[in-house]
Amino acid sequence: MTAAADPVLLPPRSRSRAWAKLRANPAALLGAVLVLFFVLVALAAPILPIDDPTKTSWTAVRKAPSAAHWLGTDEIGRDLLSRMIWGARASLMAGVVSVAIAVAIGVPLGVLAGYLRGWTDAAISRMTEALLAAPFLILAIALAAFLGPSLSNAMIAIGLSAMPVFIRLSRAQTMDVLTEDYVESAHAIGVPPLALLWRYVLPNIFPPILVQATLTVATAIIAEASLSFLGLGQQPPAPSWGSMLNTAKNFLEQAPWMAMWPGLAIFLVVLGFNLVGDGLRDALDPRDI
Amino acid sequence: MKNPGKTLALAAAMAMMAHFAHATDLRIGLQEDPDVLDPDQSRTFVGRIVYASMCDKLVDITPDLKIVPMLATGWKWSDDGKALTMTLRDGVTFQDGTPFDAEAVKYNIERSKTFELSRRKSEVKSIESVDVVDPHTVTFNLAAPDATLLAQFADRSGMMLSPTAAEKEGADFGLHPVCAGPFKFAERVQQDKIVLEKYDGYYDADKIHFDKVIFRPIPDTTVRLANLRAGDLDMIERLAPTDLASVKADDKLATASAVSIGYQGITINTANTDRAKNPLGESKLVRQALSLAIDRDALNQVVFNGAFAPGNQPFPPTSPWYDKDFPLQPRDVEKAKALLKEAGYDKVSVEMQTSPSPQTQQVAQVIQAMAAEAGIDIKIVTKEFATMLKDQTAGDFQSTQVGWSGRVDPDGNIYGFVVTGAGLNDGHYSNPEVDKALSDARLSTDPETRKKSYDAAQAILMDELPIIYLYHPVWLWAYSAKLKGYTPYADGMIRLQNVSLEN
Amino acid sequence: MFEFILRRLLIAIPTILLISMFVFGMQKLLPGDPVLAMAGEERDPATIEMLREKYHLNDPIPQQYLYWITSAARGDLGISLRTQEPVTDLIGQKLPVTIQLAVMALIVALVIGIPAGVLSAYKKNTWIDWLSNIVALSGLSIPNFWLGIMLILLVSVRLGWLPASGYVSPWEDPLRSFQTMLMPAVVLGTGLAAALMRHTRSAMLGVLKSDYVRTARAKGLSERVVLIKHALRNALVPVVTVATLIFGELLGGAVLTEQIFTIPGFGKLVVDAVFSRDYAVVQGIVLCTAIAFIAMNLLADIAYRLLNPRMRNQ
Repeated sequence: MTAAADPVLLPPRSRSRAWAKLRANPAALLGAVLVLFFVLVALAAPILPIDDPTKTSWTAVRKAPSAAHWLGTDEIGRDLLSRMIWGARASLMAGVVSVAIAVAIGVPLGVLAGYLRGWTDAAISRMTEALLAAPFLILAIALAAFLGPSLSNAMIAIGLSAMPVFIRLSRAQTMDVLTEDYVESAHAIGVPPLALLWRYVLPNIFPPILVQATLTVATAIIAEASLSFLGLGQQPPAPSWGSMLNTAKNFLEQAPWMAMWPGLAIFLVVLGFNLVGDGLRDALDPRDI
Repeated sequence: MKNPGKTLALAAAMAMMAHFAHATDLRIGLQEDPDVLDPDQSRTFVGRIVYASMCDKLVDITPDLKIVPMLATGWKWSDDGKALTMTLRDGVTFQDGTPFDAEAVKYNIERSKTFELSRRKSEVKSIESVDVVDPHTVTFNLAAPDATLLAQFADRSGMMLSPTAAEKEGADFGLHPVCAGPFKFAERVQQDKIVLEKYDGYYDADKIHFDKVIFRPIPDTTVRLANLRAGDLDMIERLAPTDLASVKADDKLATASAVSIGYQGITINTANTDRAKNPLGESKLVRQALSLAIDRDALNQVVFNGAFAPGNQPFPPTSPWYDKDFPLQPRDVEKAKALLKEAGYDKVSVEMQTSPSPQTQQVAQVIQAMAAEAGIDIKIVTKEFATMLKDQTAGDFQSTQVGWSGRVDPDGNIYGFVVTGAGLNDGHYSNPEVDKALSDARLSTDPETRKKSYDAAQAILMDELPIIYLYHPVWLWAYSAKLKGYTPYADGMIRLQNVSLEN
Repeated sequence: MFEFILRRLLIAIPTILLISMFVFGMQKLLPGDPVLAMAGEERDPATIEMLREKYHLNDPIPQQYLYWITSAARGDLGISLRTQEPVTDLIGQKLPVTIQLAVMALIVALVIGIPAGVLSAYKKNTWIDWLSNIVALSGLSIPNFWLGIMLILLVSVRLGWLPASGYVSPWEDPLRSFQTMLMPAVVLGTGLAAALMRHTRSAMLGVLKSDYVRTARAKGLSERVVLIKHALRNALVPVVTVATLIFGELLGGAVLTEQIFTIPGFGKLVVDAVFSRDYAVVQGIVLCTAIAFIAMNLLADIAYRLLNPRMRNQ
């Protein structure tokens, strides 16, 4: 939705310049560092010297941060540091996979609608509207109820509800590109449709989709947390930041650290994705040369 | 009485206090939004809390579960136990002015029995007919003796609705309920509030010190407590046990507690479809191993800060119905492993259903960790509540975490769950001896005889373990320190007689 | 213009039908049914079967849909099986609450978002720009429910400034109503303020570089006039679209916000209804939101055309 409002049309070739601009943007760099940090932590989880995230201890229930447990322990005596690190995997996965679902389904549909127009377009557009009009959480709750609450089903639900933005965006971009003079002349000299899409449409769709995807990863991570808040995300005993927050909210007074870490982590990683997305948008915006 | 002057002053002060309290509202935070407010149709625990202020019953209970008069002032069983005669209170009117008499009682029982949408049918099934002896005497004729009937009359089946209103409203009675209790229905906004107003014609009006009672459903325990702390509520029910310490430390708040007559346990699928064909469902040794692997005290300490009551039977250890021959066993991992071996397994893997609420999840994870040490690998399957119920009745589960809010009569905590073909027997457990013992227990009104029957059933159930009992919740209420005279009851209801709010 | 609106309204009908069918079908596929879900501790099999029969739950799904859509066309959305109340009454009760919340949140978002966006575009690449960007992004990055609980703890419990939850109708007590809605509106509004700020900023950046702003400046008009009268007005075109689209997000966001602050609005109604399989209620609500969503889209397009004369001929 966001980038759809200001379509970005760029002639292929300005990419190196965009890269230079991105590197010169301190906010985007900060974002990249944040994202990279969490991604590395998540990837390194199995080799880091940390406790088993599901190992309980009845003698260390809800203990404040200490030398033994750097971030404290949770409601059944599990080490929060290791749960945070393993939880990073779940939360990042939720963000990335659900956006991948949205892009993988949404972009082809959008391009198809924009290219074929007519009935296909009408059908796809009506469907998009219907998806948009059914509020995300209702859709997600229904899906979770139908498929059973789990992280992967939450990802499907988030992915489906993020799809309309990508359909609309790629549809609009496709229609725009197709009216460009150089594309029309290419069409006129008999370049086949697939080559047309490959050579002109896709490169033009790519930047705004990339921007949108980065920003949507951020919202998807929050969405996973919201679903976990309703008990529909990652299932115990495996951790995710959202489900940790959901539990922690019952112990805000007795054990505030339980809520602090996942809250902070969600904030930072989402901020990171937003900064990167913003930086990309600025870097790829041709109006801003 | 050493200082009569002081006593008098105190009495005067109390009278004034009562007077001031007269012009006040009481705001109570509930954990859920009640369902339809028709005692014949309603199904939820939380609905009964509202009824406690709105609908008086034929009989009530004391805090230690003795049955005492309410709308009925006395009763007598016939010698064969097939007729119960009740004398009714004089001068009682329903909140619409309709007089309460024997005809009204007859009408109510018939409505519970025959009204299409009634959920009370099974509770009053034993009543064959109702005779109006005179305006204030009524006789219930039963097909067979039914020891549970009085306890049913202490709950929704004994709530008397105004026949005038019930006749007029029919199925819509729940939108404008009219009963014979201290407060009459004023207004309801779903998920927001239920407002009751004082009924001036209440027969026991001296004991009522509020003009209005406002119930507000607030599901989140943290938020509910926050509302109490912020002064937006005067009282909340089901305070989280983990919040108890901090509430006790707050001198603006007070707490009350009562061990619930309900329980929390694990129901095992022993015979409901092929899903029962697993080590846990097929072997009582594996079930015994699981039960022994659980440290109920640690569970209580970890999850409930030690505020709840560990248990191993459908009745809490403090109940007169508790079978002392089977006391709580301490955890014994070695014995559990030995039992597994005896059953022919080194390790077993089982599924356990839970609902997504944080507390049940926590209980499930603690049990999972404890059972793992004994070689029982539990896979937690979280299902959203409606799905869980469906799978439970359809037999699509291996074991499931269940809670029961409890009934006054012991029958209500056990019969429906383990008797062959009974409505709540989701595991399809079946044992003719248990069936017989529990049916016998219904037939006698003598507590001694009944206790023997329950003990006989218990001896089998403790060995076969179709349900592994874990603990009995403790009802916790938190309220403003200004609230005086509140008495906690084991049924979790909030009775407002003699309760007042100081200014 | 009239023809345009008429055409759009006609297109809306199949969309709404599609949504209602989709939701109806999806609900029926969910495991469990309202009778069982609501039975709770009272699961007498005979009663449950009787109730299923009574509420047509044993009929084939298309037939059930037909029942629903034909009575819906007559303005009857059925009754809530949970409380026996007519769905139309429930919606009438809840809709104003959520609208009040949404409008207040939108005001919060506009009041913070647009000035911040203008300022940050105007002072591009200064510390003001950075600061407002970071603040806006933080607004986007904090989970709603988290912010809500924190605010309740801080503002209501610690400081005692505002009520922790609940709802009072503005007709009953306007001040109290405002007080109870303020925190939820802020929680719901911050994320939107952030989105609006970023859109305003980007639109303003575009407009500020345009020829007519340069011309206006060259004419010697004061910066204030240039900024407000020329630049902002044009920048508002995409912003209005975003604001109306956001209204849909507002309704979705209201679901969580209402859950936290226990506001008896649409969101809370629908969550509880889905969980208790109260089909008629879910169906009625989705119908309403779908209509609202389509109406907002239409309004956005009309606003677009009014603000941007070039589009009128398209």
